[in-house]
Amino acid sequence: MASLKFLPFAGTALKNLFSKPVTTAYPFEPAQYPERMRGHIEIDIESCISCGMCARSCPPGAITVDRAAGTWTIQRFDCVQCGNCANVCPKKCLKMVPGYTTPDTTRHSDTYTRTTPLPKPTPRPAAKPAGTAAKPAASAAKPAGNGPQAAAPTAKPEA
Amino acid sequence: MAKRSIVPFGPQHPVLPEPIHLDLVLEDEVVVEAVPSIGFVHRGLEKLVETKDFKEYVYIAERVCGICSFGHGLGYCQTLETIMNVEVPPRARYLRTIWMEMSRIHSHLLWLGLLADAMGFESLFMESWKLREKILDMFDATTGGRVIFSVNCIGGVLKDMDETMLRNIVNTCNEMEKELKPIADAFLRDYTTGSRLRGLGVLTPEDATLMGAVGPMLRASGVSYDARKLGYAAYNELDLEPITATDGDSYARCEVRIREIGQSFDLIRQAVAKIPAGPIAVPVKGFPQGEHFTRIEQPRGEAIYYVKANGTKFIERFRLRTPTTSNIPPMLNMLKGCQLADVPLLILTIDPCISCTER
Repeated sequence: MASLKFLPFAGTALKNLFSKPVTTAYPFEPAQYPERMRGHIEIDIESCISCGMCARSCPPGAITVDRAAGTWTIQRFDCVQCGNCANVCPKKCLKMVPGYTTPDTTRHSDTYTRTTPLPKPTPRPAAKPAGTAAKPAASAAKPAGNGPQAAAPTAKPEA
Repeated sequence: MAKRSIVPFGPQHPVLPEPIHLDLVLEDEVVVEAVPSIGFVHRGLEKLVETKDFKEYVYIAERVCGICSFGHGLGYCQTLETIMNVEVPPRARYLRTIWMEMSRIHSHLLWLGLLADAMGFESLFMESWKLREKILDMFDATTGGRVIFSVNCIGGVLKDMDETMLRNIVNTCNEMEKELKPIADAFLRDYTTGSRLRGLGVLTPEDATLMGAVGPMLRASGVSYDARKLGYAAYNELDLEPITATDGDSYARCEVRIREIGQSFDLIRQAVAKIPAGPIAVPVKGFPQGEHFTRIEQPRGEAIYYVKANGTKFIERFRLRTPTTSNIPPMLNMLKGCQLADVPLLILTIDPCISCTER
């Protein structure tokens, strides 16, 4: 058994007294975020095909996709930064980026609207038009040469 | 006989980070009985499994607890992998082992800090958490989260670590090992901490086994049992001996945890040296059918994950037996006969995680 000592901590305490603080003086110097940090989700709305995979696979249900209006909406307060939407996105237009969103006192959502309309999924599969919302989305992915397998959750999110 | 009185302890108490309530029956200053009541932070996370896709539930499973989050994700994934006959790639198993051991270091350092805080040794508390910060930064750099990692998926892991990251981890471990020494000295060799911990809450090996103690609590009583010896993830390929102490008191529990931090450093170094190249995940197709339960060694002790799946994308039942659940009965036993002033410290030595327990 180790023998007991008086003040084995004194050395450390003294050293701390004369050394710089170990914490970052945050508002005065910028916070350092590592590259992989899941801070918040960002969307490249122009390459989004409104397939709705992200909305369906979001555990807290923070994402709403409106195919007709071409919008993608996220409730920032509901998002838990799991990154599942970015993993399942077939077009890889969703990305977790470092840095937090600004805090707020009221619940709010961020809406992104696509300016260019979706390329019409009609040319070839025109024979069987608008069924459910999910079906045209899957067919929209095909002309782009991106099979639905790309949505497998095992895909690596970053290079 | 002295007059008996009842002192309520918790659910809000300065020493407890989480809510547990105990009715302490006292005779003068001595506890004769402790009656626990839990249920203050029940969130119904097990029930959620019925309404969430089984692949999505990984993210919920790891949110059961903020400290053992990696292990909960791992346990859930392992159970489903067994049900679905998925062979996890070796690299993924090694990565899981590295992250699991990092969680253990992070959890034990957190506990050491809380222990120091419970004794009123504020600077030692800060010192422990200062060290823990390095592990959190490493988690942030490798997984993208400091506390909730979201890297486990059924069939492997979501993120790989490159050569630089692995080297950084080993370097940080070597650095931390040096910095841990004065802290360990302050816990194990200081007069003050020694007088607070030695002989407090002795749990005999017989009692520990009978009452179902798990983890460092069981090992501190001299029972050499560690669920990592079952060989899940990459533990069967690593050199690992359960760390035990003989006294069974609070000092022994502290000693076991400190030595386990050292063991985790060693396991990380072994895993980094042996890690094979290759894929990090295999695609999983279809829905699970059947039931299975898995045991893994969380930082706080053995945890059991049970899944019953019915062939749909929703799982029928998920059950999680956390280490704290089984450590509460021996804790109540230890509380009998101790001084009222020692109660907070004694509760802390089981490393309680009430959020885990109530899920």
